[in-house]
Amino acid sequence: MTPFPLRIVTPDGLEYDGQAEEIIVRTTSGDLGVLAGHMDCVAPLGMGRATIVVDGKKRYAACIGGMLSVLGGKVTLVPTTFEWAEEIDAARAENSLQRAQTILHSKDASETDLKLAEARLRRALVRRSVAAGK
Amino acid sequence: MAGISTKEIKNRIRSMESTKQITKAMEMVAASKLRHAQARILNSRPYFELLYETITDIVNSNSDFSSPYLTARPVKRTAYVVIAGDRGLAGGYNSNIFKLIQSEIGDKDVTVLPIGKKAVDYFHAHGVPAWTEQYAEAADVSVGDCFSIARQLCQAYLSGEFDEIRIGYTNFVSVLSQTPATLRMLPLLQTGGSRAHSSDILYEPGSVEVFEAIVPEYLGGILYGALCESRAAEQAARRTAMDAATQNAEDMIAQLNLEFNQARQAAITQEITEIIAGA
Repeated sequence: MTPFPLRIVTPDGLEYDGQAEEIIVRTTSGDLGVLAGHMDCVAPLGMGRATIVVDGKKRYAACIGGMLSVLGGKVTLVPTTFEWAEEIDAARAENSLQRAQTILHSKDASETDLKLAEARLRRALVRRSVAAGK
Repeated sequence: MAGISTKEIKNRIRSMESTKQITKAMEMVAASKLRHAQARILNSRPYFELLYETITDIVNSNSDFSSPYLTARPVKRTAYVVIAGDRGLAGGYNSNIFKLIQSEIGDKDVTVLPIGKKAVDYFHAHGVPAWTEQYAEAADVSVGDCFSIARQLCQAYLSGEFDEIRIGYTNFVSVLSQTPATLRMLPLLQTGGSRAHSSDILYEPGSVEVFEAIVPEYLGGILYGALCESRAAEQAARRTAMDAATQNAEDMIAQLNLEFNQARQAAITQEITEIIAGA
């Protein structure tokens, strides 16, 4: 397949800079796949697994928040958090999942606590499923 | 008589030396923290540049939708996010940013969101209402906090609580130079740049939705970038200040040593004179 230039930058630094053949990300309106020659496009990212095909091999990552932009054939992914499947700390995600669940189950949690716990639960679930599916 | 003064000088030298040790240690701590902060700026810079480019691209090429984020309203109340340090002894770092903010505020109706203990204290003392004092520890504010602050600010902006949101931070120009600056976060105004690729961009699901989802992210990014810059600037300012303090302590110790030797010499001379006169 024809490769295209892909850059992935997060607040913590450059995660990937090079050629890729395909990228599939979870946007706020569902999965979006990009191949070479895609038209100019901007989409905000949701929470989910990103699949990047490099040299025919698939790599998975947990990709949360931010946006994807395709401009002039160059694809740029600007997520808030981006972790390759092999770099995810599964134990930490599991811990975070349990903590979030305790808060969600407790009766006297405040509105903001519940919201935070829900967001944490979702992140933990994404991380866990990405780490498990590698 | 001379004996007392040599003792006094000796005490002063001793206290000066312990002060010098403290300033020296602080300088070294600041230098090592500065290295980390600089690395963090370098790591995160491409992210902000990209985010900024994309958002200005969208803003400048937009002609088919309007958003409250894009339209300037008559400014009744401004929100200022002010990033300062948690501790003093950093040269002019804290006072420079406060001076700039104070001159901009004037007598306008302003609410601040102070980040850093010094900022909280300063606006308390000057009777400027604070929106929240949750972020009193600048060192503890994480990326996640930046994004949640940005979301809250966006909501407040949309609900009309504020008509303008600005941020005050310190630019890390170099190790020797840091300049305080303010920046408008909202509304985003067209800069009248190129409209090269205007309506050819596909917005998924729609331009308004994309814009509304990206703006809070963008503000969070800007906030985090400003925080990184300010932290590095604080450490750089502290390092320079402590370096100067150590230098001063050394100069004073040298001067006191000279005085001490003179006093000791005078005491010996006097003693000899007394003995000879008595013999």
